[in-house]
Amino acid sequence: MSLNVEHASVRTLPSEKPLRLLDNAGHAVTGSATGGFGLPDTETLLELYRKMVVARRFDVQVTALTKQGRLATYPSAYGQEACEIGAVAALAAEDWLFPTYRDSIALLTRGIEPADILQSFRGDWHNGYDQHAHRTAAQATPLATQALHAVGLSHAARLRHDPIVALTFLGDGATSEGDAHEAFNFAAVWQTPTVFVVQNNQFAISVPLERQTRAATLADKAVGYGMPGYHVDGNDIAAMYAVTSAAVERARSGGGPTLIEGVTYRIEAHTNSDDPTRYRAARDVEHWKRRDPIERLEKFLVSEGALTEAMRTEITDAAEALAARTRDVMTTEAELDPLELFDHVYGRERAALLEQRAALEAEIAAGAFASHEGAAR
Amino acid sequence: MTATATSTPAAEASAAPTQLTMAGALNAALRDAMAADDRVIVYGEDVGPLGGVFRVTDGLQAEFGDQRIWDSPLAESGIIGTAVGMAMYGMRPVVEMQFDAFSYPAFEQMVSHVAKMRNRTKGRVTLPMVVRIPCAGAIGGVEHHSDSSESYWASTPGLTVVMPSNPADAYSMLREAIDSDDPVVFMEPKSRYWSKAPLALPVTTAPMDRAEVVREGADVTLIGYGPTVRTALEAAEAAAAEGLSIEVVDLRSLSPFDDETVGASVRKTSRAAVIHEAAQFGGYGAEVAARVTERNFHHLAAPVLRIAGFDIPFPSPKLEEYHLPTADRVLAALDTWEWDA
Repeated sequence: MSLNVEHASVRTLPSEKPLRLLDNAGHAVTGSATGGFGLPDTETLLELYRKMVVARRFDVQVTALTKQGRLATYPSAYGQEACEIGAVAALAAEDWLFPTYRDSIALLTRGIEPADILQSFRGDWHNGYDQHAHRTAAQATPLATQALHAVGLSHAARLRHDPIVALTFLGDGATSEGDAHEAFNFAAVWQTPTVFVVQNNQFAISVPLERQTRAATLADKAVGYGMPGYHVDGNDIAAMYAVTSAAVERARSGGGPTLIEGVTYRIEAHTNSDDPTRYRAARDVEHWKRRDPIERLEKFLVSEGALTEAMRTEITDAAEALAARTRDVMTTEAELDPLELFDHVYGRERAALLEQRAALEAEIAAGAFASHEGAAR
Repeated sequence: MTATATSTPAAEASAAPTQLTMAGALNAALRDAMAADDRVIVYGEDVGPLGGVFRVTDGLQAEFGDQRIWDSPLAESGIIGTAVGMAMYGMRPVVEMQFDAFSYPAFEQMVSHVAKMRNRTKGRVTLPMVVRIPCAGAIGGVEHHSDSSESYWASTPGLTVVMPSNPADAYSMLREAIDSDDPVVFMEPKSRYWSKAPLALPVTTAPMDRAEVVREGADVTLIGYGPTVRTALEAAEAAAAEGLSIEVVDLRSLSPFDDETVGASVRKTSRAAVIHEAAQFGGYGAEVAARVTERNFHHLAAPVLRIAGFDIPFPSPKLEEYHLPTADRVLAALDTWEWDA
C-alpha cells in the first residue's frame, strides 16, 4: 500500500535494564542507561512535578470518597503518576488519547473536569466528558479494545493528511488479549501514527506478570511486529516524558508506531472491592513505595535549587483546591433524567423505543419511583 | 420482487434497465457511495485486487486507489476495532467480514463498542459505519462458511440490522446504510448474490427500516427475510395452485422490526408464519412470533408458526438441503393448522 513509508523492520531488542534519566535517589543518570535520551529542561520537569502532585491529591481524594460510598467504584492510579502523566504530557492538544478505566489522572492532565471524569464511576452515566473537545476517547473497560480504536483514528487522520497522533494506554494484563496483538500488528503494517504505552504495574487484578507472559520484557513484543520498543522505568517521569515525546514526534513525521513499556507498580488495590493482601506481600508494596515517582523528581528539583519552598506551597494549595472542588461536586447529587435512557441509542427515531419511553414516563408520573426521588445516594 | 422499486429521476434519465445480480448491485452501490462522498472508505480481507471472495468489491481499488479501498491484515476484531476509530474521526468505513462465521472474533468490538458508543457518550460520538456480512447457506460452503448470525446482532441494542433479498433493495439499502449516522450490520444472503433482476441504477426502494409486502394474498402471511423470501414466494406459488392465497412479507430490516407493515398484513389474513435458515431455538423467528401474537392476538385464527433450520450446527454441504427450510416444508407446516376451526 502506497501509504506505507519505506521502513526497515526493527530487529533490535529493547534494553534489558529499564531506561532511566533519574535514579531513585533523584540523581541524573549518565551513560548507556539513558538510551541516548536527554533530561528534559527544568521548566518542563517543574510542570510535570506540579501535574503529578495535583493528580496524586486527586487520586487520594477520590479513593476516600469511594470509601464514603460516594462512588460505586474507583481504580486508583496511586504510584503510576510518572507513567500516566509523563506519557500524556508528550501529546499536543490536537492529538488523541485512548484511556482505560485506570487512567483518570491522565484525563485530569488533559484538562477534563473532576465531575466529568467521575460521572461513570459514581454511576450517573457511562461517560461524562466531551470526547471531541478534549480529544480523549471514553475510558475503555474491555481490555485492549481501545488500542484498535487508536490505530483506526490515527490512520484516518493520516488519510486526511492531518498531523495527529493517537496514544493509548494498556495494562500488563491487556497485552495477553487478542486485540492488543491485532492493534500492534495493524499499526505496524499500516505504519499508523500510534503510540502504545503499556503500564506494567505488575498485577492484572491478582495475577502477577510472570503468570501473564514469558517474554523478558513487554517491550520485547514490539520487535515481533516490526516496530520500535522501549523498556522504561515507569516511575521516572523524565524518562517516560522523553521517550514518549520522541515516539510522538516519530509518529507525527510518518515514522510509524512505537510500543513503550513503563515499569511501575500499583500501590493501591485494583479497585475498592479488591483485597491485595491475598496476593502480594506487604514488603513488596513497601519496596515500591520507596521508589515513589513524585519523591524522586522532587529530590532532583530540590538538589538543583529549582523547587523553592514558595513553589511547593503554591502547588500544594492548588492540589488542595482541586481536592475540595472534587469533594464538592461528588457530594452534590446530580440531576438525572431517566427518560434520557432512550435518547442516545440510535440517531434515527425508533417506534419501539418511543413506546418504551412513553411507558416509563407514565410509570414515573404515576409515582412508581417516588421513593427514589431526592433519595441520598 | 422488484415491483416496489421506484426509479429516481436520475435513473429515468439514465440507460434502460439491464440484468444485474445482487453482487453487481452491491458493487454499484459501493462505487456510487465512494464517488459521492470521499469519507467513504472500504477495507477488509481480500477486498482489493481480488475484488472480494464474492467479487462485491470488484474493480473498486483500480478506480479509487489504495487509500480508499485496501486489504487489511487477516483479523476481524482488528477490522471492526479500527473502523470504530476511523468513524470517530469522521470517516464512513464500510468493512467486510467475508463470511458470517468469521465475524465472531469481532463480537466484542461489535457488542461492546460499535453498538454502545453513541449511548455511552450521550450521543457525542457517533459511528457512521457499515459492517457487510455475507450470510446464510445454500452455496455448498464447508464448515464455518454458512451460518446465520442475525439474532446475535439483532438482539443487541444500538445496532441496526438489515438484509436485502433482491438486487434493487441491495443497491438502495446499502446506499442508505452508508448514509446512516448509526452503525449498520448489512447482511447479504450468499445464495442470492447471483440472483438477477432488470435494474436501471441508481434505484431507490422503500426506506431500509420498512418491511415490504412482495406478494399480495388473503389467507396467510408468510414472513421471510434475505434468502427465505424466495422460499416464501415459491410456497405461495405452489399454494395458489391449490387455491390458497398467501401474502409474502419481506422484512428487509430485522432491527428495527416493522410492526406496522407486518401487523397490517396479519390482521388482513389472520394467519402468520415466519421462515428463516437459522436454528429455531431462541432464533429470530421467536421474536417475530411473539411480536405478532402480542399485538394481533385477537385477529389471529391460529398460532404463529416458525419454519426454521434444525437446532443443530450448520451441516456439511451434502447434507444442508435437509436442514434448510423449503417451500414444501412451509406448506406442510401450514397444514398443521386447523383450517376449519
